[in-house]
Amino acid sequence: MCFLRCAAGVSLLTRLIILIIKEDKYKVRKITKPVFFIVLICILGFAYLTYAGIHTQYGDIRTSYIKGVDEIRWGIDIQGGVNATFEPDIEGGTDKITDDEMDAAKAVIEQRLVSLNITDNEVYADYTKHRIMVSFPWQSGEESFDPEEAIAELGETAQLTFVKGTEQATGSDDANIVLTGTDVKHAEAVQIQDPDTGNLTYVVSLELNNSGKQAFADATTELAGSGQISIWMDDDMISAPNVNEPITDGSCQISGSFDFESAKSLADKINAGALPFNLKTTSTNIISATLGEGAKSAMTMAGIIAFVIIAIYMIIIYKLPGFVAAIALFGQAAGTLACISGFFGNLESFTLTIPGIAGIILAIGMGVDANVIVSERIKEELNNGKTLNGAIELGYKRAWSAVFDGNITVVFVAVILMGAFGPTDSVFGTLLRPLFAAFGASTAGTIYSLGYTLLVGIVLNFVFGIFCSRLMLSSLSKYKCFKNRKLYGGVASNE
Amino acid sequence: MNNEKKTLNVVGHRKVFYTISLTLIAIFVILTFVLGLNVDIQFKGGTILTYSYTGDVKTADVQKVVSDVLGQSSTVTTGENTATSQTTVKIQLSSKKGISDQAQNDLKDALQAAFPDNELELFETNDVNASNGLDFFLKCLVAVAFAAVITIIYIGFRFKKIGGISAGIFSVVALLHDLCMVYGTFVICRFDINANFMAVLLTILGYSINATIIIYDRIRENQNLLGKKMEIEELVNLSVTQTLGRSIHTTVTTVAAMAVVCIVCLIYGVSSIISFAFPLIIGMLAGVYSSNCIAPTLWVMWRRHRENNPKKSKKSKQPERKGRR
Repeated sequence: MCFLRCAAGVSLLTRLIILIIKEDKYKVRKITKPVFFIVLICILGFAYLTYAGIHTQYGDIRTSYIKGVDEIRWGIDIQGGVNATFEPDIEGGTDKITDDEMDAAKAVIEQRLVSLNITDNEVYADYTKHRIMVSFPWQSGEESFDPEEAIAELGETAQLTFVKGTEQATGSDDANIVLTGTDVKHAEAVQIQDPDTGNLTYVVSLELNNSGKQAFADATTELAGSGQISIWMDDDMISAPNVNEPITDGSCQISGSFDFESAKSLADKINAGALPFNLKTTSTNIISATLGEGAKSAMTMAGIIAFVIIAIYMIIIYKLPGFVAAIALFGQAAGTLACISGFFGNLESFTLTIPGIAGIILAIGMGVDANVIVSERIKEELNNGKTLNGAIELGYKRAWSAVFDGNITVVFVAVILMGAFGPTDSVFGTLLRPLFAAFGASTAGTIYSLGYTLLVGIVLNFVFGIFCSRLMLSSLSKYKCFKNRKLYGGVASNE
Repeated sequence: MNNEKKTLNVVGHRKVFYTISLTLIAIFVILTFVLGLNVDIQFKGGTILTYSYTGDVKTADVQKVVSDVLGQSSTVTTGENTATSQTTVKIQLSSKKGISDQAQNDLKDALQAAFPDNELELFETNDVNASNGLDFFLKCLVAVAFAAVITIIYIGFRFKKIGGISAGIFSVVALLHDLCMVYGTFVICRFDINANFMAVLLTILGYSINATIIIYDRIRENQNLLGKKMEIEELVNLSVTQTLGRSIHTTVTTVAAMAVVCIVCLIYGVSSIISFAFPLIIGMLAGVYSSNCIAPTLWVMWRRHRENNPKKSKKSKQPERKGRR
C-alpha cells in the first residue's frame, strides 16, 4: 500500500510540475470572470468532502467511499493507543535468556509492527525481568483491526521449516530439516494462475540465500520423483508438495489456500524473521496520549485559531491578494488532511503524530511564504508603474523562480526522510538503500510521517498556492470593482 | 511608504551578526556541559513505573509531582487493562542506571500524598534500555548530511550565476547556525531530547534552506538586472532590503501560528507540546535572521576574498550581464 502511495505521489509530482511549468499559456488576459467561482466552489467542495467524507450506513456496517477527518489515525502521542507486555513462554524458566536474544526478539517485533503499517511504535525491553513492552496507536475507524489479535500475532514465534517427509521435525537439530526461515533471502506474496483450474490464487514466493539454495537443491535432488517436502509454520503444516524434479535455482513457492492478505502476512512474518522464543502477552492496556490528555483537542483548536489569524493577517496586509491567499491556504490545508486520511475509502490512513504535524506546519508555512512572495511582487510591480494585468502576470512570473527553488529543496529533504525512515521496500527506500543499509528498518517511523506530510504539503502548495491562487486573482481582477490598484497594495494610479 | 524605504546595510554590520551568533553558540556549548542534556527514555533507557489507582487521575498533575520530587521530566500515561479493567498510571523516567529504591519510595509517598483518594499502589517497575538509541541519531545525521549535500549541489546548479557551490555551502552554514539555535533552546529550557527534537530540527532544516534561497533568488535576479553597475556589497544590501517585506510577513504569520499553538496548549494544560512548538518559533526566528544576515554576508566576504586572491579563482567573474532568462 505504501509502495503504491509513493509511486502515485512521484508521478503526480512530476506531472504537476510539468503542468505548472507549461502554465505560461494561462495568461492573465485569458482568464475570465467565472473562473474565480469555479475554483472557489471546487476548493470548498473538496474541503467539505475531506471533512465529512461520504459514507453509507447499512445496519451496523458503515462503508466509507470518501474518508472524513474522523477517520484519520492519530499517533500514541496525540490520542493514546494500546500497550502490551510480553514475556517469554518457555519451559524451564527464563533464566537462560541472554540479552542478545532479547535484542533479537525486540528487533523482530519492531519489524513486524512496520510490516503491519504501524510505524508509530515504542518497543522497550527489560533485560532483567525479561519483558518486552510494546505501545502502538489505537487504530480508529478500522473495524478489521483487532488489537488483541494483532498483539497475539506479534508474539508468535513464526519459525518456518521445510522438512523431508510429512512428519513434523522433532527439534531444531532434526536431520530431516531442509531449510529454516534464516535460509530465506526474501519472501513476497505473488498472484499466480493455477495451471489446473485456471483460477487466480496467491502463493508466497521465496528467494533463498546461498546456504539455502544448496540445501534445497540437495534435498530436491534426493527426493525427486518419489518424496514429499512439508512446509511448517511453527506447529502448523502449510503444505506438503510432491517433489517432481530437482530445484537448483534457489527459488520456490509455498502454496496453500491463500488469499492476498494471508499470503502477504506469511511473507511479512518470514521476512521479519523468527523470534528466538515464543512470547505470551501478560497484560494489554489501553493507554492515554503520551503528550497528555486533551492533546488532540488542543492541537485541533490551535490549528483552527492559527489559520484564522493567518487569514486575517494576510487580508489586512495584502487585501485582495491576501484574500485569495487565504482561500488557497484553506484548500492546501484540506488537501493535506485528505492525503493523510487517504481520502478514498480503499486507501489506508496515515498515522498522524507530532512529527507529522511538524511537516504540515512547515508545508503550510511554505504556502504562506509563496503567497507572500507573490503578493509582495505584485505590489512592487504596481509601484514600478505596471498596469494591473501586467503586474499580476509579472508578479507570478518573477516570484516563480524563488518559490520553485525553495520548495524543490524542501521536496528533496522530504524524499530523503521518507527514504531513510520509511519501509525499506518503498520507492524512496529502494533509492536510498545503499546509504541507509547499515541501519535498522524501523528506527523511528514517526519521522517518515514528517517526510510524507511535508511532501504532499509542498505538492499541494504548487497546486493551490501558485496555480489556483493565480487563476482566482486573475479572474477577480476582471471585475470592475476590483480594478482599484490600492486593493493590490499599489498606490493609486496617476499619483 | 514603500518608495522612501532606505537600503539596509547588512553587509556593513556583518561583524556584529557574527559576534552575536558565535557568542550564542559558545554559550550553548558551555551550558551543555554545565547543565547536561535531558535525554528522553526513548534514547537513553530508564525506568517505567506503573501504579494502580482508582477514580480519576490527571496525567499533568502526576507529571508535576514527579518533577517536584525527582527534578526531572517524565512521560505519563494512564491505562486500562483490557482483561481486568484495572486502571494504571505509567511513569516513564529516563536514567542511566535505573532509579534508586529511596527515590522510588519518595515518589510513591509524594504521589499518595498528592492523590489521597485514588489508592495509588506500585504495580510494577521495569528497567528498560533505549528503544531507539544511537541508531536513530546516526540515521538522522546521515539524512541531514545527505540533504545538505543535495542542497549544495542543487544551489550550485541553479545559482551558477552567483557562484553556485560556494553559495550552497553558505546556505548550509546558515542552516547549521539555525540548528544550533534550536539545540540551544532545548538545552536552556531543559526540554527532553526525543523524536520530537529531531522533528523540530528537520523542520527548521527545510524552513532555513527555503529562507536562504529566497534571498539568493533576489541576488541572482539583481545581478542579472544590474550586473556590473553595482558593487556586490550594495547588491546584497539591495536584495535583502527588497525581500524585507516578505521576510517580515512570512515570519510574523508562521511565528504567530506557533505562538497560538503554545498558548492554546498552555490553556488546555498539555504543556509537553510546548517543548515542540517553542523551539520551532526560535528556529523560525533564527532562520529569518541567518538567511538575511549570515548567508549573504558570508557570501560577499568569500567573493571579495576570491577577488583579492585571483590565483585560485579560475572563472569567477565572467558570467554577468546576460539578461533575464
